[in-house]
Amino acid sequence: MLEQFFPTGISQFLLGGLLVGLGISFIFISTGLVAGASTFFTSTWSYVSKLNYFKNPKFLSSRNWRSVLAISLVLGGFLFMFFFNEGKAEVTEVQIWRIALGGFLVGLGTRMADGCPSGHGICGLSSLELPSLVSVLTFLSIAIVVALTVSSMGVLP
Amino acid sequence: MKLFYVFVGGLIFGFGLAFSGAAIPEVVLSFLQLKDFGLLLILAVAILVTMLTYQLVPKLMKKPLSGKEFKTKKSPLNKQTVAGAAIFGVGWGLSGLCPGTVLAGVGMGNYPLLVGIAAMFLGTYVNGLFRK
Repeated sequence: MLEQFFPTGISQFLLGGLLVGLGISFIFISTGLVAGASTFFTSTWSYVSKLNYFKNPKFLSSRNWRSVLAISLVLGGFLFMFFFNEGKAEVTEVQIWRIALGGFLVGLGTRMADGCPSGHGICGLSSLELPSLVSVLTFLSIAIVVALTVSSMGVLP
Repeated sequence: MKLFYVFVGGLIFGFGLAFSGAAIPEVVLSFLQLKDFGLLLILAVAILVTMLTYQLVPKLMKKPLSGKEFKTKKSPLNKQTVAGAAIFGVGWGLSGLCPGTVLAGVGMGNYPLLVGIAAMFLGTYVNGLFRK
């Protein structure tokens, strides 16, 4: 039963999820900030773009800590690779066109929706926010349909 | 001090994304293809821990260690939110990438994901073009 739904085991998921929750909790307890990741991809534009939208005070006032968060997420991944994966890089086999097109839609969609899996999924649901629940149910169900469709057309992984 | 705290928390957050496998697109895709439900466990445990923190800590502490107040995640619920979530869903199902995991993924040496990061910046720019 467990094997059928979790063919690669469960311990890495449980421990990794715990660390994700602890990291977000640490940021909240120490600074009061809600550590969603996707706003970084908008607030960073305020350093260089003259578009009015990026001059919103909520981006100007948060862009520094959001940049620090982004750098620390990269370094966190690096620490794992260096100490727990024998320095071996993880190189994806997902086709580059999927990464490019998918990435574009992820950037556009998460910012229209005001959040991503960490913002709406973890932080929003943890704040018991209805818009976040609607958002999560929407992107989760559509992503499953798209992923199943793409793989059924023989485009793997 | 605030930035230092964010940095430490982000290291734990990013390490957790890498350790759990969430930062690997193949792991995300195998959940979305309903082959391995591990990603749901990651989300469930992370939400449980974060929910306890968000609900209890503001009752126990007047203010955070550094900073004036505890913020909350507030979002509007309208057509744009749902349309955005749907567009994100298409991109997520196609690529297995999301904004947090793509950063931890690059840290794991997954260099093709740099293209994903560039594409995300392009997407957020387009969002900025038609927003007020």
